[in-house]
Amino acid sequence: MRYAETGFNLEVDLTRGNIERVATDPRDTELYLGGLGTNAKIIWDRVPPEIEPFSPDNLLIFGTGLLCGTPATGCNRTIVSTISPQTRLMAFSMMGGFFAPELKYAGYDKVILRGKSTELVYLWIKNDKVEIRDASHLKGKGAVETAELIRKELNEPKAQVASIGMAGENRVYFASIEQGRSSASRGGMGAVMGDKGLKAIVVRGTKDVNIARPPEFLELCKEVLEYIKIRNDNPVPGVMPILAGLGSPQEMKVHDEKWHTENFMWGNSRTRRKDFWNEEIAAEWMKTMDSMRKRLISCYNCPMTCGATIQPPGLPTYMMKCFSKLTYTMAAYSDLEFGLGIAQSATEYGVDGFSAPQVMAFALELYEAGILTDKDFPGMPSDNNGRFYWLLDKIVRREGIGDVLANGTYWAAQEIGNGAEAYAHNNIKKHEQLPLKLSMLNPIYFLMYCTGEKINITQIEGQFPQAPFPTREEREEFVKDWFQVPDEKFKQIFLDWELRGEKSLPLYPTVQMCCDIVDWQEMMHYIDDALGMCAGLSSFPLKPPYHIHNYPKFISSGAGIDMDEAKLTQAAKRYRTLVRANNIRRGMRRKDEKPPENHWKKRFPELEKELLDTYYKFKGWNDQGIPTKESLHELGLDYVSKDFLERGILTDSEDVPSKGAATEKEKK
Amino acid sequence: MAVKGEKKKKTVKTIKIDVDKCNGCRACEMICSAFHAAPKYSSNNPARSRIRVIREPLRDVYVPVYAGEYTQAECAGRDKYTIDGKEYDECAFCRASCPSRDEFKEPDSGLPIKCDMCEGEEEPLCVKWCLVDALSYEAREEEVEETVEQEVLETGLESLANKYGMQKIMDTVARMSQKD
Repeated sequence: MRYAETGFNLEVDLTRGNIERVATDPRDTELYLGGLGTNAKIIWDRVPPEIEPFSPDNLLIFGTGLLCGTPATGCNRTIVSTISPQTRLMAFSMMGGFFAPELKYAGYDKVILRGKSTELVYLWIKNDKVEIRDASHLKGKGAVETAELIRKELNEPKAQVASIGMAGENRVYFASIEQGRSSASRGGMGAVMGDKGLKAIVVRGTKDVNIARPPEFLELCKEVLEYIKIRNDNPVPGVMPILAGLGSPQEMKVHDEKWHTENFMWGNSRTRRKDFWNEEIAAEWMKTMDSMRKRLISCYNCPMTCGATIQPPGLPTYMMKCFSKLTYTMAAYSDLEFGLGIAQSATEYGVDGFSAPQVMAFALELYEAGILTDKDFPGMPSDNNGRFYWLLDKIVRREGIGDVLANGTYWAAQEIGNGAEAYAHNNIKKHEQLPLKLSMLNPIYFLMYCTGEKINITQIEGQFPQAPFPTREEREEFVKDWFQVPDEKFKQIFLDWELRGEKSLPLYPTVQMCCDIVDWQEMMHYIDDALGMCAGLSSFPLKPPYHIHNYPKFISSGAGIDMDEAKLTQAAKRYRTLVRANNIRRGMRRKDEKPPENHWKKRFPELEKELLDTYYKFKGWNDQGIPTKESLHELGLDYVSKDFLERGILTDSEDVPSKGAATEKEKK
Repeated sequence: MAVKGEKKKKTVKTIKIDVDKCNGCRACEMICSAFHAAPKYSSNNPARSRIRVIREPLRDVYVPVYAGEYTQAECAGRDKYTIDGKEYDECAFCRASCPSRDEFKEPDSGLPIKCDMCEGEEEPLCVKWCLVDALSYEAREEEVEETVEQEVLETGLESLANKYGMQKIMDTVARMSQKD
């Protein structure tokens, strides 16, 4: 018997309408765990770099985490993976909600989609019964609306639905897949789904998920619950409220937005409004939130209530979480009422809450600069709020200028030309970033921005405090119960870290320490993404209930795979390297690994070079960021180095990158 | 003459359900199904759970309901509540495992299931796993006079006596007791 996982994937060929239930190899689970890990292996095996994002041969994988569907609190994430139309790299985007457990209960670990349907269809999975159904009547419908309509027509109120809106159907490069109160938003997953002619995946499962060693596993789960209670009662002192507790940043609860509104950038990640927040605004925004927020809600088997149902006046109810609360508001220099209202449209259309507002603000900047003119915006209203609604509509329909903007700021700027490139200023690897512009380089963040392959800072940061604490006493207090560290040295690094003087940024933590810190933070995210654990209970917050010391026990007793810290660390490193290998094969190199030029005002080029050189070496990558033959061998990834050698990405004289690699052209 | 009933102590177990606090996470369903798996916790499957969260997020409907008695037949009519302007589905608050719906039946066999308050545990596990306090457990002692049955019997006998006359009733009772 297989434990925690079902041992079966669903392979769906949308071109031929073929559906197969395929047994998976348990050895792959040992090597790559599940979720992102096994997704990366499948992409490596079956999606070589010649395959374009919108090719029928590109795969779209909905992978449940290894422990989804078990009693482990907060383990509910689906990891969606594909080749992104925007970055042209392997993208993975995670969604919480209820989809992954339901898919497990239906008897599958993954749904792997290939091919393209000529007609719009949806996939209906009910335990062993799986069918492709006509969705032509759902064309143009909103993502949330679609889910409701399908549940009704199937008479299956308990079915979970992952669906796309108009943006996905029209292959907008930052289209999301919406599901319950969650979404897989980053990297254009929805565009690939739309390209495949798939409007939704609908699943209902009523089978069991088995546990290898039940009493032991349950004991671990109870410990986690107890610790969550302790953490809820004891927020971390000395950090801002949204970093003090567990869960995703509690944006649906927090009314005080002084920190976000005065430290994050407004518009096209341009303007910092240092004195924005005042009592009047605070009162007004609180009134808005209180009148529109119906209830705080959670994902499957999680007490954290990070989301909310929002009902803007006169509009249908939708569900929201986290920072999309403010992204539209701030991009449009508007207020919360506008933000919560337009997010309703954006959720139905199915667009990423980070990229979409930035793209629209970018368009308006180009308009102000005269690079785009009235001709490009026929009939656009004159007020800012109206303009955003107008632009959103054009983008998701790919009409007029919307067709250009629908490719995101990087590709739009290339197409518009005439100096537009300078306005697409907040990207990493062609992907829009958090609207943050800061003063002095932070070496830890520098490395994370450069090398994070989720290409999203929140998906690599977390375990180590973002800034030093002012006094030694506060630091000592912090490290007292900091048992999550993989090694005692992290406590010392933090204890010695000062706001000013010798042991302060950017020279402290030292280059080597930065490597250790970044590696730890990244590893925890990668483990979460394979197990299906929400980052909000693990890799994202300080002092989380899940960590490197209890994870191996969860895997051993839950999935019945012998695991210890060393073996888990090695497994995470293995599939993390495989994600990189997929991207290296697609041309990603050192030149791509950099933060936005203007992310920090004060830069230190020599230090930055040293940081990246050292980190690459530390990770077992050569100076182009390519995993070396030896490091691949150590991880049991000889098949990767064989491929690299054949393609001339690595040469037999190892560390010398091939000329082809250095001059690799970006395909358009 | 009515016999004065003896006072007896009885434990009444209550799960209080605060629908306003429910976050819809279904941890209650998960742990219920795990606890009732054989061997205990060896598997879980909310479809086997003895508690269900009737959940419709967009209408803000969140109602945890416990499995009650099995009933062979559907009710003649169905109830539909509107509370504070919010309309709940037919039978939303009903605990019965009944032919009119899929709730509270084993998914494989269709056999009815019923909440047993997690016998042997200090409190039902759904309550323990509900960190948002939508579910809370209360056990209280109640003093009950055990006169109820006698009173019912007396009422019955009285009406029989009115109909047939007291003598006839006594004769019948005497004859019946001789048979035993």
